[in-house]
Amino acid sequence: MPRLKKLAGAILTLAGVGVVAGWMLSAPTKVDPQVIAAAGPGDAARGERIFNAGGCASCHAKPGSKDAGQLELTGGLALKTPFGTFVAPNISQHGKDGIGLWSREDFANAMLKGVSPSGEHLYPAFPYTSYARMKPADVADLYAFMQTLPAVSGKADGHSLAFPFNVRRGIGLWKRLYLGSDPVVALPDGTPEPVVAGRYLVEGPGHCGECHTPRNFAGGSDKVRWLAGAPAAEGEGIVPNITSGEGGIGEWSEGDIANYLETGFTPDFDSVGGAMVEVQKNMAKLTPEDRAAIAAYLKAIPPHPNGYPPRKPATN
Amino acid sequence: MRKLIFAISMLTLAVSAASADPVLDRLQMMKERGKIVGELAKMVKGEQAFDAATVDTALKALQVNAEKFDADALFPAGSTDGDTTASPKIWEDMAGFKATEDKYLADVKAAAAAAPADVDALKAQIGVLGSNCSTCHQTYRIKKG
Repeated sequence: MPRLKKLAGAILTLAGVGVVAGWMLSAPTKVDPQVIAAAGPGDAARGERIFNAGGCASCHAKPGSKDAGQLELTGGLALKTPFGTFVAPNISQHGKDGIGLWSREDFANAMLKGVSPSGEHLYPAFPYTSYARMKPADVADLYAFMQTLPAVSGKADGHSLAFPFNVRRGIGLWKRLYLGSDPVVALPDGTPEPVVAGRYLVEGPGHCGECHTPRNFAGGSDKVRWLAGAPAAEGEGIVPNITSGEGGIGEWSEGDIANYLETGFTPDFDSVGGAMVEVQKNMAKLTPEDRAAIAAYLKAIPPHPNGYPPRKPATN
Repeated sequence: MRKLIFAISMLTLAVSAASADPVLDRLQMMKERGKIVGELAKMVKGEQAFDAATVDTALKALQVNAEKFDADALFPAGSTDGDTTASPKIWEDMAGFKATEDKYLADVKAAAAAAPADVDALKAQIGVLGSNCSTCHQTYRIKKG
């Protein structure tokens, strides 16, 4: 009997240690305040480029809005994923319903660490796993630009998630596996400047990998198949392979890629479709140099075969 | 008489060809569309010198292609199998689908009537036409592998 008691005690202790360890490991971490201070107050004019590269309006503008309406960041777009439905929040300058009261530090912590001002984990449907690779100075510029945008009232609906995905604290453990600021593709010294600039735009603010890279069972990006294309996170269909591997865009020249991002036309004059339509509209607002950099990077990365299963044969 | 029979047989052939496989028919129609736009884009991109007559011919061909578009014949209910990327949303919202196509037809007609006189005018027209392509493909097409 005493032996059994001892065993039970040991198990309880272990379980207790596990809970404490899990709690500690899942704790939100914040950006070093000195890093944020060093980034300075930011420049709104430069921030507009980051806003477009980051595609903020694609999810946070009122669904269906156009032109100036795209700058009214009321949120409300619902992303129906296997984990549940995520709803993009209001990130306008409204004090109560938006992020008007956020400090630059608050904003940097959300962008780079996925942590809210109250210290809670944000869901990675907000692609901070990519934004974590951004330069703090660009985040400061973006903050300055967003402060020039209108305050619009109206809180978006909350997320609708099932257990265990509704436990925010659990995201802390997930972040330990999938959140980091290192680049995905290592580039040797002497890599041409446009490729390096393109890597930053694609892997950081552009967050291309969030849709174009397949995810593993835990919802983390499978970086071994970086940009190889993936089943669409929402509904049917696929997101194309944008490497030069089989099924990808190996036959596209850099000019073809840049032209696609500018005009929406593929080399054989098919057009952009699906969720990429909004992305392409944002890419069209970038400079030709930025689009060329993205193209140069995509031609330089390792080729992979399609990251999604082949199409089912016709049933008729 | 022989001529009449010939005409009738051609007509039935055309009708049967058009209804044999709506999926193939609509694919072909879209490919033709892309090809014509591709010809025009060569001038916009500066790969080919601007030529008003060529532009006129191409825009008129685009109009003929757009006028041929018959949503009921090309997208009959249940034509969702085979080599198609049509989204179920087409049938859920046939009126909305037809409206995007109608807008495209109106824009093509306007472009053909405007007869762009220089490359900048052509570029503007192609931009308008292209926005129709992406608007429709945003909602009514599903990218498949």
